[in-house]
Amino acid sequence: MSEYILDIKDLHAGIEGEEILKGVDLRIAAGETHVLMGPNGAGKSTLGNVIMGNPVYKVNSGSMIFDGKDLTEMSVDERAKAGLFMSFQNPLEVPGLTMDNFIRSALRERTGKAIKIFQFKKKLEETCSLLDMDEAYVQRDLNVGFSGGEKKKAEIFQLLMLEPKFAILDETDSGLDVDAVRIVSKGVDIFRKNGGTLLIITHSTRILEGLNVDATHVIVDGKVVKEGGAELVETINAGGFEGLKNE
Amino acid sequence: MSDIKEVKEPSIYDFRDEERDEDFYKVDAGLTEDIIREISKEKHDPEWMLEFRLNALKVYKEMEIPDWGPPIDGLDLNNIVTYVKPKTKMVGSWDEVPADIKNAFEKLGIPQAEREALAGVGAQYDSEIVYHNVKKEVEDQGVVYTDMESAITGKYEQMVKDHFMKLVPVNDHKFAALHGAVWSGGSFVYAPPGAKVEIPLQSYFRLNAPGAGQFEHTLIIVDEGADVHFIEGCSAPKYNIANLHAGCVELFVGKNAHLRYSTIENWSKNMYNLNTKRAICEEGGTIEWISGSFGSHVSYLYPTSILKGDHSHSEFTGVTFAGATQNLDTGAKVIHIGKHTSSFIDTKSITKGGGINTYRSSVEIRPTALYSKASVNCGSLMIDSESRSDTVPAMDIRTDTADVGHEAKIGRISDDAVFYMMSRGMSEAAAKAMIVSGFASPVSKELPLEYAAEMNNLIKLEMETG
Ligand SMILES: Nc1ncnc2c1ncn2[C@@H]1O[C@H](COP(=O)(O)OP(=O)(O)O)[C@@H](O)[C@H]1O
Ligand SMILES: [Mg+2]
Repeated sequence: MSEYILDIKDLHAGIEGEEILKGVDLRIAAGETHVLMGPNGAGKSTLGNVIMGNPVYKVNSGSMIFDGKDLTEMSVDERAKAGLFMSFQNPLEVPGLTMDNFIRSALRERTGKAIKIFQFKKKLEETCSLLDMDEAYVQRDLNVGFSGGEKKKAEIFQLLMLEPKFAILDETDSGLDVDAVRIVSKGVDIFRKNGGTLLIITHSTRILEGLNVDATHVIVDGKVVKEGGAELVETINAGGFEGLKNE
Repeated sequence: MSDIKEVKEPSIYDFRDEERDEDFYKVDAGLTEDIIREISKEKHDPEWMLEFRLNALKVYKEMEIPDWGPPIDGLDLNNIVTYVKPKTKMVGSWDEVPADIKNAFEKLGIPQAEREALAGVGAQYDSEIVYHNVKKEVEDQGVVYTDMESAITGKYEQMVKDHFMKLVPVNDHKFAALHGAVWSGGSFVYAPPGAKVEIPLQSYFRLNAPGAGQFEHTLIIVDEGADVHFIEGCSAPKYNIANLHAGCVELFVGKNAHLRYSTIENWSKNMYNLNTKRAICEEGGTIEWISGSFGSHVSYLYPTSILKGDHSHSEFTGVTFAGATQNLDTGAKVIHIGKHTSSFIDTKSITKGGGINTYRSSVEIRPTALYSKASVNCGSLMIDSESRSDTVPAMDIRTDTADVGHEAKIGRISDDAVFYMMSRGMSEAAAKAMIVSGFASPVSKELPLEYAAEMNNLIKLEMETG
């Protein structure tokens, strides 16, 4: 088995008639925290979606191995059950389905076991207080009428409730005020300390404060053009993506 | 309370399409006076009920088949007698019950004894004790809750006579007339002034009385200031070899009274469900309908509220699910007569596998109904592109003091939402079922917990099949 929990090689993928990812290589070892940066439209969200298995995108060639399993052969829910998670850039609304009901059903499907109500409730409460969320929140319909920030917090809430092995955070910090970013970072840190592996898509350093970044990848026009350590985040924040394209 | 003459014409059931009148066809229904007399005798009807039935038979024979809705030519009306003959055995044995019904029982986790009863092949499900317990509790309040046969032969005979098919007159439409002639089974409720019944009255346990689930009659009279919740139905498909259901529900809501009438129906997929439900509210009275309609091959169902008294109010919350081979024509009607009356209609239809859903509603605000309010909200969710969903809302506003609103939305299940839910570990089927249950939640939220759970199971089952 590979030393990497996620091992992507020469991945070409896109939509009907248009290639968006043009040969992506990405390797992440278990327990590490990686950052994915790149200009708007570079293909960051597409990469997240392709890893998660969004049927909108087609994989043309290349390989994706997660925890020893070939992702290209797996349905979305199988990937989730294998331990993958993505915090969506734009979480979807499901009217009439309460968040706690949704999470409980997801847990039931993931474990194949009935959920013990008492333990579940306790964990809901703990997670709420951790993320400074009102408990009434989880009784609301999933993402319906949530503000942008509330939606992102709800994604981290799900992350902590579902306890996957690997989480892709797609601009979870975008559009959040300072306090909300701090809370999200706190949630992410807990996930990481419990052994979770992270791929954080972000434009800013705020969410990374206090996190130990192991590697940074820069994607431009569907290809990883530069890789480095935590310091690369600073470099890009100072100088932007210009100049990286031609390296 | 039964003074409703002023609302009888024009017919409040009929959505008939005037242009197609020449398409009417008549049938020679082989239903005879002798057969009606036979039914009447078996049921120990009082003399007046026999007369009533015979008159209804006459009306039935004179009336035409409605032609404005989904086709019902699969009904063998030339042979109507096979649907109503009292000695027609419903099903011979468990072996004759179709596989999809057995399957549904299995998936819904209905116990075997109950399954056989529901399919009409076993001994009646032994639920008398439960039933009697409920009865005892409501009797302490002076509330009468009994079956129609007992009501009509007991001390409430006069009350039944004063109300029976006064709200839905036999000449309302052909199947109302048929109902009047051959009705059998059903519930009778009378709540005296001021009675407040905390627990919902559930008719679940009487579904399998002979003839019930086919031509049953429900008569509920809620007297001044009383409050009743009546709930009917279960998720198990009701199978009947005679595939015609022409029931009738009449609800009389007295001054400042409140009635909530909830139903979950799941008819077998061969059923023609031609049901008539109607309520009338006196001054300050409130009728609330909660309705979940599943199954049947064809349904015509438009619960109607007549807001006769000033300040009376009606709310209708309904969901309809049409899958493959189903053509469901459902909705609600409201007739505003009194001043300051208000009505609220909220319906959801779900269509899948080539099924057809037509939402049909009518809101009529008569010139007398000054300062009335009506709001209609209908949403449709289509699971695939083969399915069809139509909306036919009608409004007839005869006063300029009315405040009316209407909103219709037709949508498809969102692939992005399905992906989102699957990314948390849900199978595609489970994700879709949850989206659909969520869509239907305005109804399930209003149901007692166990009924809501049943309804969600039913949605899951419908999403999995076909
Ligand atoms: N479903 C889609 N349909 C059409 N174009 C898409 C779709 N998804 C992504 N794209 C295109 O692919 C490119 C990369 O998009 P995306 O992955 O969202 O970028 P990023 O997240 O890096 O800003 C963009 O040009 C975008 O318009
Ligand atoms: Mg993006």
